[in-house]
Amino acid sequence: MDWQAFLLTVKLAVLVTAILLVLGLPIAYWLTYSRRRWKFLIEAVVGMPLVLPPTVLGFYILLALGSKSPIGRWWEALTGHTLAFTFEALVIGSVIYSLPFTVQPLAAAFSTVDAKFVAASATLGASRLRTFFRIILPLSVSGLLTAIALTFAHTMGEFGVVLMVGGNIPGVTRTVSIDIYDQVQATNYASANQTALVLLAISFVALSLVYAWNRKVWAIWPWR
Amino acid sequence: MAVEVVKRGGKPATTAGGPAGAAPAGLSAHLQKRLRANGSREFALDAQLAAPPGITILFGASGAGKTTLLDCLAGLLEPDAGHIALRGRVLFDKAAGVNLPTRKRSLGYVFQDLALFPHLTVEANVRYGLAEIPGKEQVRRTAAILESLRALHLRARYPGEISGGERQRVALARALVTDPDLLLLDEPLGGLDAPTKSAIVDDLRAWNRAHQIPILYVTHDRGEVFALGERAVVLEAGRLIAQGTPHDVLNAPRQEAVAQLAGFENIFDATLDATHEAQGTMTCRLAGTAVTLEVPLSRVAPGGTARVAVRAGDILLATSRPHDISARNIIPGVVLTLEQRDFMITAQVDCGVRFEVHLTPGARDSLQLHPGREVWLVLKTHSCQLVVPST
Repeated sequence: MDWQAFLLTVKLAVLVTAILLVLGLPIAYWLTYSRRRWKFLIEAVVGMPLVLPPTVLGFYILLALGSKSPIGRWWEALTGHTLAFTFEALVIGSVIYSLPFTVQPLAAAFSTVDAKFVAASATLGASRLRTFFRIILPLSVSGLLTAIALTFAHTMGEFGVVLMVGGNIPGVTRTVSIDIYDQVQATNYASANQTALVLLAISFVALSLVYAWNRKVWAIWPWR
Repeated sequence: MAVEVVKRGGKPATTAGGPAGAAPAGLSAHLQKRLRANGSREFALDAQLAAPPGITILFGASGAGKTTLLDCLAGLLEPDAGHIALRGRVLFDKAAGVNLPTRKRSLGYVFQDLALFPHLTVEANVRYGLAEIPGKEQVRRTAAILESLRALHLRARYPGEISGGERQRVALARALVTDPDLLLLDEPLGGLDAPTKSAIVDDLRAWNRAHQIPILYVTHDRGEVFALGERAVVLEAGRLIAQGTPHDVLNAPRQEAVAQLAGFENIFDATLDATHEAQGTMTCRLAGTAVTLEVPLSRVAPGGTARVAVRAGDILLATSRPHDISARNIIPGVVLTLEQRDFMITAQVDCGVRFEVHLTPGARDSLQLHPGREVWLVLKTHSCQLVVPST
């Protein structure tokens, strides 16, 4: 078991989940409450990573981050080194790739919050921000938890995008899924199996927690 | 147009800008709103409303647009046209481009389904609207309002853990604690038993004596209209069709819908025979019978059809044909059934159409009424209301 790759992957997943919460909450809010006609276009863009082959997505992200792109040049001017094939590139690629896993559970949860509660909050003088944090978000806890668990588990296990934009640099961009691939290529099945089992367990535990919460197995919240 | 923001919990800073004639202490509104209800029939609200401080009952059948009207006043729906002014403040003016958001309108709204926040305790629900005043003051005012509505003992409970009547008290407390300039109550006491209801009504009246703000109270229960209202307005198909004291509105209905809501038990089709302008009356014949009635003059052309509404309690019964009596309508009939409910007898009398008549047990006994007995119905002209049929 390659502990360096494992810790790197956990670090990546935690970072990506945190960034996606910050980005995903306003996007999900906008998708739920906006009345713009072209809302469906944003929904389609957010949902694209679900259906695109990771290699296609990774390819375009790589182009966008490369030395010939404005983003890549700006990054080089800022930091003095290229963006592609770095940990930062991995974070950017993963954020894009896991976006729907954050936004969709959140948007689904927000849309089940009764509009009457939002209206009642407004009649009581609350701003939209206060309504969001005091009413909408607390009533969407299960959606929030689902989003966190799915995003974390999905980032832990991604392969294609990581390989395309990060390559396979030990300690920098080498994640567990790439490690497994390498071990299999080297016919080192015992090591591959060890790592794969850890990933399997993490995914299983994450999903079990989410489904248990959604079915209210533990009475840890006092309302009925 | 400059519109000042009113601090929650503080007294409003009044600004000029209301239309001439608007009651400075009250609410004046003129609203138009088109809605496509579930893609089916289009619904249009077109109402002009003035509500001085005190309780104004908004009465109407379901689907008449009562909730739509309240939502427009609250800013939850944007009217297509119109003007809303509250205590000298302009809340909405289409022409001037003013549309104050709900949170700045300084109003209390008790929704039909209450909309108590399920994840907050009773105390947190009531405190929710007091965010802009100091914490100590929040606690004090929350306790005071819960105390005055006799719900203080519920403060640590969640809405899901208390009864329907208790929830209604809490919802009322949450709306009142912010010291609003306008109170909108959408059937807040629906589904409560009479003693609970009258206890809450007493509390609301007591609160209103101290605060004197316009209160719009939506109901379709005519008992509540008489118990609560100083004024009543009737909404039918998006329009205000009657306003006045509860007595005026409910005892002289001009629409069949109002007559039904107001408890007119007898409503018949009729054809107009003749008008007597000098007397201020008309005669009409009940459809399918030879029975003619003299009714108050109204705008129906001879040969035209209308509906006649008569309260069962406004009809007198006689066992011989009365003479020398001022009542103009004396109709022969036969008693079909007599049914006692509490201390009231309901008689069905066949006069070609079936009339329902209410009388006391004593009257039944002294007239020796029984099924098959021939009687005369006596109706005053003004007990007969010509009403416009409901569509």
